[in-house]
Amino acid sequence: MRAPLLGVFHIKRKTKRGIISFFILSPTFAAIGVFVYFFIGWTSRTSLSNWNSFARLLKGEFEFVGLRNYFRLFEDPRFQTDLWNTLYFTLFFILGCLLLGIVLAVLIDRNLKGSGVFRNIYLFPMALSFVVTGAVWRWIFAPGILPSNPQGMNLLFNLVGLDLFQWRWFTSTKSILNFNIALIPVIIAAVWQMSGYTMAMYLAGLRGISQDLVEAAEVDGATGWQIFWKIKFPILRPITLSAMIILGHISLKIFDLVYAMTGSGPNNVTDVPAIYMFETTFRANKYATGSAIAIIMLLMVAVVIIPYLTSAFRKEKRI
Amino acid sequence: MIKKILIYVLLTVFALFFLMPIYVLLATSLKPLKEVGLEQMWFPPKELSFDGFAKAFSRLAPNLRNSFLLVIPATLLSAIVGSINGYVLSKLKFRGSDLLFALVLFGMFIPYQSVLFPLIRFLQDIGLYGSIWGLVLVHVVYGLPITTLIFRNYYSEVPTELIEAAGIDGAGIFKTYLKVLFPISLPGFVVVVIWQFTNIWNEFLFAVTVTSDPTKQPITVALVNLAGSQVVEWNVQMAGALLAALPTLIVYILLGKYFLKGLLAGSVKG
Repeated sequence: MRAPLLGVFHIKRKTKRGIISFFILSPTFAAIGVFVYFFIGWTSRTSLSNWNSFARLLKGEFEFVGLRNYFRLFEDPRFQTDLWNTLYFTLFFILGCLLLGIVLAVLIDRNLKGSGVFRNIYLFPMALSFVVTGAVWRWIFAPGILPSNPQGMNLLFNLVGLDLFQWRWFTSTKSILNFNIALIPVIIAAVWQMSGYTMAMYLAGLRGISQDLVEAAEVDGATGWQIFWKIKFPILRPITLSAMIILGHISLKIFDLVYAMTGSGPNNVTDVPAIYMFETTFRANKYATGSAIAIIMLLMVAVVIIPYLTSAFRKEKRI
Repeated sequence: MIKKILIYVLLTVFALFFLMPIYVLLATSLKPLKEVGLEQMWFPPKELSFDGFAKAFSRLAPNLRNSFLLVIPATLLSAIVGSINGYVLSKLKFRGSDLLFALVLFGMFIPYQSVLFPLIRFLQDIGLYGSIWGLVLVHVVYGLPITTLIFRNYYSEVPTELIEAAGIDGAGIFKTYLKVLFPISLPGFVVVVIWQFTNIWNEFLFAVTVTSDPTKQPITVALVNLAGSQVVEWNVQMAGALLAALPTLIVYILLGKYFLKGLLAGSVKG
């Protein structure tokens, strides 16, 4: 007779505790509910409306226009450029960070004297704001007037007699297969800022590899390269995937760096959706168009992040 | 031996690449105005001058103050709430709590552009638009996902027996938190505080859209305005950039280890 009674008591206590837990978390749930989900809903609604001037907003003349703002965007040459820029920026930014990150991690992992200092040097850009570094990189990559009056990098090439490397950097309007080469300096700046992050992730991964495994391979006569490619690299694969997702979602919404360094540039060669969104919403008062850009950005990020979060939580359950 | 030298050469080449912008920043900001010309930019200053810093400081001092007024309360509030959330989500789970946490966590990844327009109208409605307190509210709310995540992972390492023992001794949820968890939370707080401090200090999008009055803007916005004002006093601009970077740089130099932990926590892996 006792056992079921205890059981009931137990459930009740558990339920009570659950209610208290929920109660403690409710301010956070409410805040995120409003500031994330309700606001996203509001932005979506705005993106389907005709709120494309301040006057209309003031009068509250709200009218649904369906997906018109979206159709217009996809026909808009500037937005098309933005999408190409985002694609190439993301591609080269991720590649650059992964490559530089793994090389730096492998070098640091040798644990030579002074590696700690080098690690700190590679990582410190992460502590800086994109606004600060953007201002410096803008100056470094400003082309000056070629060929008579070079500036920044071009001047440095001039000083060491490598004039042939001079070009117009982020003011160049050339493009190859829709890749605006003016993005190259922005990509360099972004890789400079974020590759310390991939280095740190890889380093954590390398440090986690058991020394016994490596030693066993060495006893069996494996070379350094073999150990890296056959043992370490496969272990680092999940880290590479996480890094790609984190870097990818950063680059899809990149704003500060481009804003401080180049802006949208001549013919929008360095324009990205976040800059276009900012200008349409806050400079041109076209709230509906700006909201449509924002929702497209959200969808791009969601495609990358939702599977990532889902798998992270599943993995946790399994453990 | 040759291999060792080769590694050092590579490490040094990469270090030069990473330090190059800082060299330009430092060299230019310490030059007197007459030395600032473009053709001089790669050379170290012939004579040291702190005029650039003096000018930049007199212009940016109010904005530096604003940034501190923003960062300190926003960091502390989001850390405290995150700590309590992390406790509940790791030790007092209930049915559906993981799903709700996932929904909260998603808020950390969204492009903030997708909430910006309603957010500003909301802040106007409650009378916080354009003020530092408006920005504090924004950064506390959007900081909750990451602070909760870091503390949740931190507390999952604490043995559950410790919590249960306190429960058997009759301590309630809050008492257990205050007496058992809070005293061992210092490392967690250091990571979270550094992370939030750095991110909020460096943040630009909310800062530029939520505040419009130049006297109320944080340092990042003031710096962009300074750079955009066609001032050719490059020494002033670079000194300004350095001033804006200094607080987070100092934190990084002193507490880099914890900064790294926050960085890796951001990639969700528990």
